[in-house]
Amino acid sequence: MEGLRERLIGRTLLVVACSVIIMLAIITYFIFQAGLPLIVRLGLDDFLFNPHWMPAEKGGSFGIGAMVLGSLWVTLGALIVGVPLGLAVAVFSAELAPEWLSTVIRPAIQLLAGIPSVIYGFVGLTVLVPWVRAHLGGPGLSVLTAAVVLGIMILPNIISISEDALRAVPPAYREGALALGSTRWQMIWRVLIPAARSGIAASVILGMGRALGETMAVIMMIGNSLQVPRSLLDPATTMTSNIGLEMAYASGEHREALFATGVVLFVFIMVLNLAANTVSRRRVKS
Amino acid sequence: MRAHPGVHVNIQGIGSTAGIQAVQTGAADIGMSSRDLLQEEERTLEPIVMALDALAIIVHPSNTVRNLTLEQIRRIFAGEIRDWSEVGGPAAPITLVNREAGSGTRGAFEELVMGKNGPPLSYRSIRQGSNGAVRAVVEGDPRAIGYISLGIVNSRVRTIAVDGVLPTAESVEAGRYRLVRPFLMVVARGGELPKLSRDYIAYVLGDEGQRSLASIGLIPAPRKETPWKD
Repeated sequence: MEGLRERLIGRTLLVVACSVIIMLAIITYFIFQAGLPLIVRLGLDDFLFNPHWMPAEKGGSFGIGAMVLGSLWVTLGALIVGVPLGLAVAVFSAELAPEWLSTVIRPAIQLLAGIPSVIYGFVGLTVLVPWVRAHLGGPGLSVLTAAVVLGIMILPNIISISEDALRAVPPAYREGALALGSTRWQMIWRVLIPAARSGIAASVILGMGRALGETMAVIMMIGNSLQVPRSLLDPATTMTSNIGLEMAYASGEHREALFATGVVLFVFIMVLNLAANTVSRRRVKS
Repeated sequence: MRAHPGVHVNIQGIGSTAGIQAVQTGAADIGMSSRDLLQEEERTLEPIVMALDALAIIVHPSNTVRNLTLEQIRRIFAGEIRDWSEVGGPAAPITLVNREAGSGTRGAFEELVMGKNGPPLSYRSIRQGSNGAVRAVVEGDPRAIGYISLGIVNSRVRTIAVDGVLPTAESVEAGRYRLVRPFLMVVARGGELPKLSRDYIAYVLGDEGQRSLASIGLIPAPRKETPWKD
């Protein structure tokens, strides 16, 4: 009787676990089914690298080149802002901060992760956009503003994973370095960070995925212009923000092209996640 | 409502194209649209004009430009005129604010300003997803120009006179303001519309409905015709 119940519970949990995989499979199938035909029809080259997106015209032009570049620029900018800052906080919290301060920083970072992206966008729009417009020029809605706010949004990813990686470095490494006469800073820079590098790399890649996939905050701050940005102060658009902006009204081939953009985005994110998994697995082996 | 107690009108604001599609698929009895029907849609759908709306060209209140010709507006939005000094303003680059492809407001602007065979809207322009978002950008940026529904205009933006005519209820009704588009109720052509839906359309076209449309800044429909006889 007891054994039967055990098996029943086990089976139920198996079904529940499988349903997650099935959902992923269904989502993947529908995105590809709706978007892939257009990519095949246009050719991957033309779709990815043509910068002209004119869906409303008869026989419209569907090239996502400008959006791909916009996504890459914004993501790169977010990393430039977020990685040094995040790594500094992780090092401070793991190595330098007194215990009581660490216990304040950690929940604060988690809180940062819990703020809805529309709030980040709203703060960026009311604080950062007017500041950039007044002091740096351009319309304020720009690659720069989106990148800075995204840089802050990816901090929780970078800090929490990097900090775990730093804390996981065996104490013997620290003690050895200090015993050899290195300063605390030399120990951190030359021993600790290199020893934790695979975890840090994984945190950067996951942060990159977050920046690439963010939609709402970007729609609010980037200006959604279809041009290839030539300066940080130019408005631009990303793959996600364009899907978010245009989906409501899209029909026919236009809708198909938005799903095709989703396919490209999906592949980008999958590659990033695989990369993150690979580098963090390497850590476990060594 | 008083004449029909217990009747619920379920309205979803999801965009013109979605509203038209909802009638085509039979999901809704009436679809409301801020753009004209396409030719292929006219075959199966019947448009009923419920009100007129003016497209207001808006700028920041500090902008010294008060009047633009239709040709100047066209060239500004095509990206040919890029500096305010070219149209009598101070030397400052123009920030264009546009709607996204598929939007009814953008469709009307393309038809009324850019023209059928006119130049395309500049790809450099900023794009926002709603009338309110366009207004918010123009409110904040002294160099911006955008277009929104006249009913959405507030005191934090300034409307520009088009060929010397400011958009007002009077100038639209008199036919002097040129950037005017119809708001439509769309029903299936030749289909049997439920009595309640016909009553609803009669209400919207009636005095009470037209008054409440006017109270939100829309201009009454010129002819109040329904495709059926009651």
